[in-house]
Amino acid sequence: MNKILLGASMLILSLATALTSAAETAKTITLMTHDSFNIGKEVIARFEKDNGVKVRFLKSGDAGSALIQAILSKDNPLADVFFGVDNTFFSRALKAEIFLPHASPLLAEIPAALQLDQQNRLLPVDYGDVCLNYDRQWFRTHQLPPPADLADLIKPAYRGLTVVENPATSSPGMAFLLATIGRFGEAGYLDFWKKMRDNDVVVANGWEDAYYGHFTAASKGNRPIVVSYASSPPAVVHYAEKPLSEAPTAALVADNTAFRQIEFVGILRGTKELELAKKLVDFMLSKSFQEDVPLQMFVFPANKNAQLPEVFVKHAVVADKPVELSPSAIEANRDSWIEAWTNVVLR
Amino acid sequence: MKQPRPLFRWAVFSLPLLFLLLFYFYPLGKIVLLSFLPDGNWDPARLGKLVNSPVYGRILWFTCWQAALSTVITLVLALPGAYVFARYRFFGKNLLQALMTVPFVLPTVVTAAAFRALLGTNGLLNTWLMHGLRLSQPPINIDQTVAFFLLAHVFYNYTLVLRIVGGFWGGLDPDLRAAAKMLGASPWQTFRRITLPLLMPAIGSAALLVFIFCFTSFGVVLILGGPGYATLEVEIYRQSVQLFNLPMAAALSLIQIVVNFLLMWLHARLGKRSRIAFYTDSASGTAIKVESPAEKILIGVNLLFMVILLVTPLLALVVRSFTGQDGLTLAYYSALFTTQARSVFFVEPIAAVANSVGFALAAMTIAVILGLLASTFLASARERGAPVSSFWDAIIMLPLATSAVTLGFGYIITLNRPPLNLRDSLALVPIAHALVAFPFVVRCILPSLKQIPQTLREAATLLGASPYQVWRRVDIPIIGRAILVGAVFAFSISMGEFGASAFVTRPHTPTMPVAIFRFLGQPGDINYGQAMAMSSILMLVTCSGFWLIGRLDASKKPPQASL
Repeated sequence: MNKILLGASMLILSLATALTSAAETAKTITLMTHDSFNIGKEVIARFEKDNGVKVRFLKSGDAGSALIQAILSKDNPLADVFFGVDNTFFSRALKAEIFLPHASPLLAEIPAALQLDQQNRLLPVDYGDVCLNYDRQWFRTHQLPPPADLADLIKPAYRGLTVVENPATSSPGMAFLLATIGRFGEAGYLDFWKKMRDNDVVVANGWEDAYYGHFTAASKGNRPIVVSYASSPPAVVHYAEKPLSEAPTAALVADNTAFRQIEFVGILRGTKELELAKKLVDFMLSKSFQEDVPLQMFVFPANKNAQLPEVFVKHAVVADKPVELSPSAIEANRDSWIEAWTNVVLR
Repeated sequence: MKQPRPLFRWAVFSLPLLFLLLFYFYPLGKIVLLSFLPDGNWDPARLGKLVNSPVYGRILWFTCWQAALSTVITLVLALPGAYVFARYRFFGKNLLQALMTVPFVLPTVVTAAAFRALLGTNGLLNTWLMHGLRLSQPPINIDQTVAFFLLAHVFYNYTLVLRIVGGFWGGLDPDLRAAAKMLGASPWQTFRRITLPLLMPAIGSAALLVFIFCFTSFGVVLILGGPGYATLEVEIYRQSVQLFNLPMAAALSLIQIVVNFLLMWLHARLGKRSRIAFYTDSASGTAIKVESPAEKILIGVNLLFMVILLVTPLLALVVRSFTGQDGLTLAYYSALFTTQARSVFFVEPIAAVANSVGFALAAMTIAVILGLLASTFLASARERGAPVSSFWDAIIMLPLATSAVTLGFGYIITLNRPPLNLRDSLALVPIAHALVAFPFVVRCILPSLKQIPQTLREAATLLGASPYQVWRRVDIPIIGRAILVGAVFAFSISMGEFGASAFVTRPHTPTMPVAIFRFLGQPGDINYGQAMAMSSILMLVTCSGFWLIGRLDASKKPPQASL
């Protein structure tokens, strides 16, 4: 038995050392992010070559869990740079004081509307509009006009057609709840949701389940309207099995129907590679990174000089007038809004 | 005969105990403390709702009854299957047994897709029924209902009962049954008075695992049950990640741990009384060929049930992975090797398989060694140390009953300095898997280890065997099959990335489940198809691995009787 014991401890030890030491030989900079982050191989390779550094990616669950892990480890940070704070978690992130200011010269190329932090602790990288998507074919065959406003969803003709995500467990779900608060006001949104419930809305707990489990255009579901992103239609074309000339789905971005999610990057307080971290952030705002963002993460680049890929130009739409809610109002009311929503829709 | 010396027992237990202290109690304790005392002050304000609002009481009640109901249904459905597997030899038994374990490794989103393809509003069954019976509305509407996730719980846990009880049942001495028959007992009496009491430890073990598994159910309830239902585990995630209410999350985690601890302690106490020692020298030798028509019907019905419940959903996934817009296609499989090749996170399917299998082997090794040591420790506590041993028995099960979110966050704030700077290392992945798998291994091994008659070991000692020789030559051969079952589950748990690993921060290492989630994160046919294709590969790898193990096990000669 001693042999087994010895063998086991050797195994664990060697595993641990092999895996930890391998990553630490070259000079590295660590980017902590959520599981949906993605970027092209050669884009990152360019940065690594130019700066003689290796970029290490730490994936830490969904956007919410990644941020909490960054906050919990603030005394001894896990990474140098953190990407993936969105405007719904923005205030929480700043309140935790985990980010260092960095006035990147590239901020000049980014629209002021996206720059939410005066002190530049969090810098905008990309944005996407959370909005309704609908199945074009379904509305054609059923000879029903597709929804043109959120208020259409509670009409009798649209009964049983919509699937949304639960704001308590899903970030697009939360964003859509915020869209309805912006559209109907704090006084009216619960009334809207009450009518949604009466109109047989289905609530799924996550985007994957709503889209691939209930949406007619993507599964054997029976709901032709789903809450997704304005950039989902180009993704459907890009990832079609057979080439498509028209997107099978469309996004509704009429005024006051969409919520704009902005994703930010920041340098973690306590980094030992401040100069490199600054360089990485600058790189993430620069054209070469920004032009790769759309097809990797299916969101829009924050840098206005970045060229959009063809599939975006053809099939993507942007909301002219998305709902506007300040991050501090979101942070202050998140708990009570979700609670009230849950009581009206689920209980 | 002397009792094993306490010092020796504790020496055996030291490694599992150290493991638990380092990777369970320390992180858990620290995150709970930090949650309750963020700045060193106790601030009960954020916990107010726990007592003021009826919501949490309702969640706890729901969590308990759905777990209990899932356990009862699973037992009722799976025990006949366990009997058939224990008693009879038939064609395809090994393959079927391997297939039964596959649900264990499937991500919930994928399971949900499979069930919807069959039972959803536009699913296969509804389409057939609407055609066949000329109905205008789909007759089956179970999406987002209790029935749907109970079904899924049975789907996941059937194999637990089948393997643990079936394996144990196969080891019962057939002479006992023959003797009872000769003394005039009816088959029912034999079952009631002889077989059932002997089986109780194994049934208890399996039931306990199923219960805890369903109690802490996260994905299944979240996706199949829909948002109207929430278990404690779901609420803990919601409180910590969405609302950042760490005190509330910690309080709910503690409630979950305490409820499960009491239950497991009770189980261990009851188990103490019903222990009966017996042993047969060969487990596989007792399986017989099918003869009478009644037996054929019994087996047929059970196998049919297994195929309908477990194989058809899996098959639906495989079919989907080959079905494009215009019928059969290999597009999704070829896409696995080509598209997104530009992404820094692109991984060849082979590499994903290798990563998954590598982690699973490491986790399995750790879990089996720890499980074996802990079981030896628990089994060697004879009547004298009963209360103490029940306590440790329950303690060992705790990792399985603990919120993955809470523990994951605990790792972040504890394993952050050398020599244990593991929080963002790959080594933490198999460790987190092993932590969850190790209670499974213990529950698989313990019933078999406890039933070994002490006289057998005494006889060996009298004949001059050292304690190590006794352990190696008496215990190990008898519990060999149970170790194998435990290893199979440990491997599956790791392959499926069950539990805490979902919340462990790690450098990018794409395993199969990670790849599946990445595909399901974006719209588009190719993404969905690739997720199905990767799921099919995951099933194939798991199933063929277990099939091979089954073959090896069957071709091995029955273990030699040591006496």
